[in-house]
Amino acid sequence: MTSEPHWLVLMAILAMAAATYPMRAGGFWLMGHVPLTPRIRKILEASPGAVIVATIAPIIVREGVPAAVAILAGGTVMYLWRRDYFAMAIGMLAAAGVRALWF
Amino acid sequence: MQKKKRAKKPYWSRDGLALGARMLLPIAPGMMAFGVAVGSTTAAKGFSFIDCLLMNALVYAGASQMVAMELWPQTLNLSSIAALAVIAGTVNARMLLLGASLRPWLGTLPAWQIYPLLHVLTDPSWIASMRYHREGGWDVSVLLGGSVMFFWMWMIAVSAGYFLGALIANPKAIGLDLVMPIFFAAMLIPLWRGPKNIVPWFTAGAVSLLFYYFIPGWWYVVAGAAVGSIAGGFSDDE
Repeated sequence: MTSEPHWLVLMAILAMAAATYPMRAGGFWLMGHVPLTPRIRKILEASPGAVIVATIAPIIVREGVPAAVAILAGGTVMYLWRRDYFAMAIGMLAAAGVRALWF
Repeated sequence: MQKKKRAKKPYWSRDGLALGARMLLPIAPGMMAFGVAVGSTTAAKGFSFIDCLLMNALVYAGASQMVAMELWPQTLNLSSIAALAVIAGTVNARMLLLGASLRPWLGTLPAWQIYPLLHVLTDPSWIASMRYHREGGWDVSVLLGGSVMFFWMWMIAVSAGYFLGALIANPKAIGLDLVMPIFFAAMLIPLWRGPKNIVPWFTAGAVSLLFYYFIPGWWYVVAGAAVGSIAGGFSDDE
């Protein structure tokens, strides 16, 4: 891409930005034009968990056992003690351990 | 987690900024490793440092940038630029849900306070802030503090990666590539509210995996999250 006229590169960056910001702002904007019925509220309340599961499920199947063990370890620590840092540390340690010893 | 007993209205506070930043520290190492990777990939593609900073400040969505770097066309013209925009839009379409879910919390604030903030919205700052809000907090500074701190850490990590290349020889060996999913999983635990979560969560995972395996592209997160949320909204619990 080094031979491109520079303004085309800038155009491409601006086009990507112009496509991304509406995704960040669009959901918030749209919900301002939709009545927040109890049903809509319930859907929105379910979204953090749904986003998390939809994000990590493919990662677990793609990365296999190390990811599953790491997530299980981190989740267990969180369940037992509710300590974010500790959960992260144990999760990463579990991933590193499984990868070093096994996979 | 601090809870101020106030009316259920959004407000701003200096303490909230610090709390928001603190809540995101556990995921900082993984996020910075990702930023380093984005910076070094952008440098390897031949972008100038200023262009790299511009892209990260204006697009500010690492996953979509990595895909764009991979697919960056040989020659830029109107149609290849449009293709890059479509790629960025689809990879980032999941963020529609993030913004939507913020409406009940932030909806009463004036638009000029919210729309600039939404530009620095990221998945981790959203997840951490939604947890805070779910536990009864209404301080919007928590979202702002975490998001702004994340933005600057990201810019620093990208810059370091641009000039120093792959700083970390093997991020996988120390589990850095899994920091994001571990953080997400840890954030999932406090969201558990009993069996009523089973339907939306299971649906989200199943739909995401179906799309991951059978539908080309980057639709799996958005599809899984949207269908899972709707399933949650329509499952009768109480």
